[in-house]
Amino acid sequence: MGEKSKNQISLPTFIVWAIALSVTAVFCWILGDILWHGVGQLSWEFLTTEPRNAGREGGIAPILISTCLILAVCLAVSLPLSVGTAVLLAEFTTTESRFGRLVRRSLDVLAGVPSIVFGLFGNAFFSIKLGLGFSILSGGLTLACMVLPILIRSAEEGFRAVPTEYRLGAAALGLSRTTTLWKLLLPAATPGLVVGLVLGIGRAIAETAALIFTSGYVDRMPESLLDSGRSLSIHIFDLSMNVAGGDANAYASALVLLILLLLVNGMATWIAQFWLARRIKS
Amino acid sequence: MKKSQLTQNSRLSLPSMQTERLSLYYGKKAAFTDVTMPIYSGKITALIGPSGCGKTSFLSCLNRLTDLIPHTKVVGSIRLDAVEILNNRVDAIALRRRVGTIFQKPNPFPFSIWKNLAFPLKEHGIKKREQLDRLIETTLQDVGLWSEVKDRLHTSALFLSGGQKQRLCIARALVLQPEVLLLDEPCSALDPISSGVVEDLIASLRGRYTVVIVTHNLAQARRIGDYAALFWVRAEVGRLIEYGTVEQIFTAPQQDLTAAYVNGIRG
Ligand SMILES: Nc1ncnc2c1ncn2[C@@H]1O[C@H](COP(=O)(O)OP(=O)(O)OP(=O)(O)O)[C@@H](O)[C@H]1O
Ligand SMILES: [Mg+2]
Repeated sequence: MGEKSKNQISLPTFIVWAIALSVTAVFCWILGDILWHGVGQLSWEFLTTEPRNAGREGGIAPILISTCLILAVCLAVSLPLSVGTAVLLAEFTTTESRFGRLVRRSLDVLAGVPSIVFGLFGNAFFSIKLGLGFSILSGGLTLACMVLPILIRSAEEGFRAVPTEYRLGAAALGLSRTTTLWKLLLPAATPGLVVGLVLGIGRAIAETAALIFTSGYVDRMPESLLDSGRSLSIHIFDLSMNVAGGDANAYASALVLLILLLLVNGMATWIAQFWLARRIKS
Repeated sequence: MKKSQLTQNSRLSLPSMQTERLSLYYGKKAAFTDVTMPIYSGKITALIGPSGCGKTSFLSCLNRLTDLIPHTKVVGSIRLDAVEILNNRVDAIALRRRVGTIFQKPNPFPFSIWKNLAFPLKEHGIKKREQLDRLIETTLQDVGLWSEVKDRLHTSALFLSGGQKQRLCIARALVLQPEVLLLDEPCSALDPISSGVVEDLIASLRGRYTVVIVTHNLAQARRIGDYAALFWVRAEVGRLIEYGTVEQIFTAPQQDLTAAYVNGIRG
């Protein structure tokens, strides 16, 4: 600390604070706006009834179900794939190996590809080539492709963050590589996996462009994974852009989307932590 | 005092080891070359020498932990009870069960204290709860940790003190009943009191295990060692300078370098 008095704020400090505050302010403004307009519409009935009059009236039950199904398909496919790939990258290739570098570079490029491109690819491949049509399955699979790079990269970081001492320690006890991987490294890498999961879910649940071409926008209750289903994000888009007088319900849907996001993330974190705690004890 | 199972565990004979012109290369760079040295059964062999002379590297050859480090090459011969272990037909995993390692930095797993010992035991086929509990208790008593942790066996081992962690790691190696124990500066991260406790523990292993210990503490080497080996870097390569009984190395060294090192003139 210099001689200068403590309540004199230097310019860099001021700028840093100003930036931090304005970021927070923008977030609060968005949140406040959605709450202000949406909370009045929100009710049990809104969550449990079908939309009527193009969504201006009624609720969002089928849309909520479709969203959850799309997310479930996406995670069911992308989670095992990403953990497997991350293990391959982190445990069986070195950082400087050519194969590892190639895969990593491709993933980083994929992560930056605009979602509309994924949408077109999903449409061409899942909907048309594989004949899945406009369906929840096509949508979920397309989203899986989209979040895969994020999931893999953060899972890989998670595995790399596990200290080498654990691997050496396990090897010195005569434990096989498989045992070490499943029973020691995987639980130890859980924090990294959770970070990836939270980011991936966030991106998937908010996705619109990739879903318009794959899961479609039929707002009826889906009867199977092969039915078309409208996701919350598409519903919000449709109500606010194409339906005059749909703003109120658009706001309420946005609020539901936010709550859903928080809920799913909370659950993912909680499950991972619960699992970790069990690993420590028994 | 109740004699623990491990104390009574006097095997018919403990194995000895012998290296013959052993060299280790990291890529093109040699860590040490041409080390020919016996490791006598049931005795404590102390490895001493300045930093970077290849002591850790030497230890990691003895249980083939070097297999895990990419781009390493081991040349020469290591025999465990007359059986060559630098041989692809030898199962490195089975070998490491017989030759346990304690690392310089205590590395308990991010599990509970109990599970740190139960995990390797279970993986090696001991699954019954009573048997696990009994083995874990006797081993923790053996390393003098039982009374300190018996009320918190199911809390994370990461909250133990440094000395307790190191003793837990020793227990984790002992619970598998290895025959040879390799210790890499086990006391260097510990305060003098914990260090003393761990040192006494190691001295008590004499006759029950074949022990190789790396230490920078010459007084410690002299106190607990039966044999000593001095390593030194010559032309950027680690070499074995002198090997002999602790008596010989510390009171009547053959080499000037050894005399200078053990008298604290060099190193
Ligand atoms: N994984 C590795 N890759 C490349 N070189 C290494 C590796 N590990 C050790 N070395 C080199 O090998 C030489 C011997 O290292 P080693 O760790 O065996 O020394 P040491 O005698 O244990 O030293 P200290 O007393 O500081 O622990 C050093 O020059 C070191 O830089
Ligand atoms: Mg060392």
